[in-house]
Amino acid sequence: MDRRISYAQAISEALVQGMEHDPNVFIFGLGVDDYKGIFGTTREAFLKFGGTRVFDTPASENALTGIAIGAALNKKRPVLVHARNDFMFLALDQMINNAAKWKYTYAGKSTVPIVVRGIIGKGWGQGPTHSQSLQSVLAHFPGLIVAMPANACDVKGIILQSLKSDAPVVILEHRSLYDLQCHVPPERFTVPFGRARIARAGTDVTVAAVSWMAVQALKAADELSKVGISVEVIDPVTVQPLDEQTIVRSVRKTGRLIAADTSWLRCSFASEVAAIAAEKAFDYLKSPVKRIAWPECPCPVSKALEEEFYPTHEDIVRAVYELMDRKDKHVFTEKVTDTFVGPY
Amino acid sequence: MNTIRRKLLDSMFKIRCAEEKIVEVYAKEQMMRTPTHLSIGQEAVAAGLSLALREEDQIFTGHRCHAAYLTKGGDFNAFFAELCGRVTGISGGRAGSAHLTDPSAHIYSSPILGAMIPVAVGAALSFKMEGRDKVAAAIFGDAAIEEGVFSESVNFAVTKKLPVLFLCENNLYSTHSPLSVRQPPSQVYERLRAPDFKTSQVDGNDAQCVYEHLSKVIEEIRRAHMPQLVECLTYRFREHVGPLFDYDRGYRSKEEVDGWMAQCPIKRFTAKLIQEKSMTQQEIDATQARWKKLADEAYVMALNSPWPGPESLLEKVY
Repeated sequence: MDRRISYAQAISEALVQGMEHDPNVFIFGLGVDDYKGIFGTTREAFLKFGGTRVFDTPASENALTGIAIGAALNKKRPVLVHARNDFMFLALDQMINNAAKWKYTYAGKSTVPIVVRGIIGKGWGQGPTHSQSLQSVLAHFPGLIVAMPANACDVKGIILQSLKSDAPVVILEHRSLYDLQCHVPPERFTVPFGRARIARAGTDVTVAAVSWMAVQALKAADELSKVGISVEVIDPVTVQPLDEQTIVRSVRKTGRLIAADTSWLRCSFASEVAAIAAEKAFDYLKSPVKRIAWPECPCPVSKALEEEFYPTHEDIVRAVYELMDRKDKHVFTEKVTDTFVGPY
Repeated sequence: MNTIRRKLLDSMFKIRCAEEKIVEVYAKEQMMRTPTHLSIGQEAVAAGLSLALREEDQIFTGHRCHAAYLTKGGDFNAFFAELCGRVTGISGGRAGSAHLTDPSAHIYSSPILGAMIPVAVGAALSFKMEGRDKVAAAIFGDAAIEEGVFSESVNFAVTKKLPVLFLCENNLYSTHSPLSVRQPPSQVYERLRAPDFKTSQVDGNDAQCVYEHLSKVIEEIRRAHMPQLVECLTYRFREHVGPLFDYDRGYRSKEEVDGWMAQCPIKRFTAKLIQEKSMTQQEIDATQARWKKLADEAYVMALNSPWPGPESLLEKVY
């Protein structure tokens, strides 16, 4: 039976089910117990389990991360929530110097399985410091799992997987995904780390795209199917570990690769995918790899500039035309849309 | 009381003899390839604290962690093996001198300034959530209170009423930078006191004083579920990192070092024990000789232990 719920509802459901299953799970962070409940994702858990297991905190991002580590060390399962992942910059010391290194440095004698949720903002003038996307920073350091689930089903499964993992996990949730629905099984289930989802099978071009860009890639694939181009969309689900095999297999099949990111180009997920193709599928490539990412400037507030800033499915379509050496202009039928229309 | 005194002296000699063994071999033999921050001169703090805590209470500390590790019950032979990078080390040689951590002895260390302070608070949070009767102690130096995470951690612990002992081991220097250029002239414990945050100061070179004061404070913390801070005044005799004396390097004077060495916690304590007839010189010498011998043996044992195999390099990352 098709049971469609939104990304936000799926997060909420995963947290409630995780807390029902394991009494050690608790949720904390600024505003997790308020009437908005982090865009509706922690409200149900608060109403169901109360203030001892879902509680408000001072801002103190770095200390909160260390506190999560200390609690995890003592068998608790903390879920720390940042309403924007940009706030995690204040917590990088604990995330990178402590959490990521813990198990390895102490030879596996203790583990710190913390779950950190961070939301990626986009649009409505959120601007330079509330719409960044931290995957390349976090995925660089061995020891952290970095997940970027792109649909409701995956975000539920990833949260439940995180709650039984030994490793610290960061889940980056794109705000534009929050209202998108898909079929989500009602029961408790997990989605493994390091296994990419072939979101759409195709034969002409591989588009490896994370998070919101996976949604854009699917939209581009729809457009391109109308002109007889078959696109394979690979959503890695986790950026660390990264399912290289699925990407390489796809590139070897299609001979063309576009890597689409929700962040800047330099040292990015998109660059990493391009490097993997160069190392492991070079002889299969029929054309140079293309990367689609943000332009090299901070994200501006003005609507006019913001629209120019963000790549969309149209950029992916144009890139595919280039790779396929098509000189004609594509006539778009799908509009550029965003699910979040404001206001804040 | 005599048992307590014997234990304190034993603990201090354990640290001193282990570290003097390090001094003896560190530069010359280069078998301990790990930057080492010695606690020589500061032994009374860890000795007093570890004795005042219960076994299941947890300590979280920083780069200068040998003393707390050794007194909290960390394995003596595994300590030397860890410093020598051997597979028999407490973390198989991965952690080295500045990350001495043994969950079975309830001691955790990491050398980023202030980084273990919130972890102690998190441990205390779990104790409270579980209704456990345990205390978490964060040990840090006078420089760590300059980090934002210290203030964040104290604020959280006070707000949530958590059983945390914040123990500031004030040795007057952050590497080579004196306290006077880094903080206002007021006393640390007075400056950090707040209406709902009790702080106090103790002579950190008097082991019995440290033990008695901390015992009282820890039981208050355990009973009232309110954190407190204790400042222990002490001094390191040797360089910030490494085995040498450094009074010829210009950042502190020989007179200052000599003055503090006259206040050596072991020298003061043994004098007191003899004066009050708690122990004889012979018994004291025997205690020292025993740890010296154990340290010699532990070092040899470490050198005879296998290295971690290269195949283990990528194990236990996630």
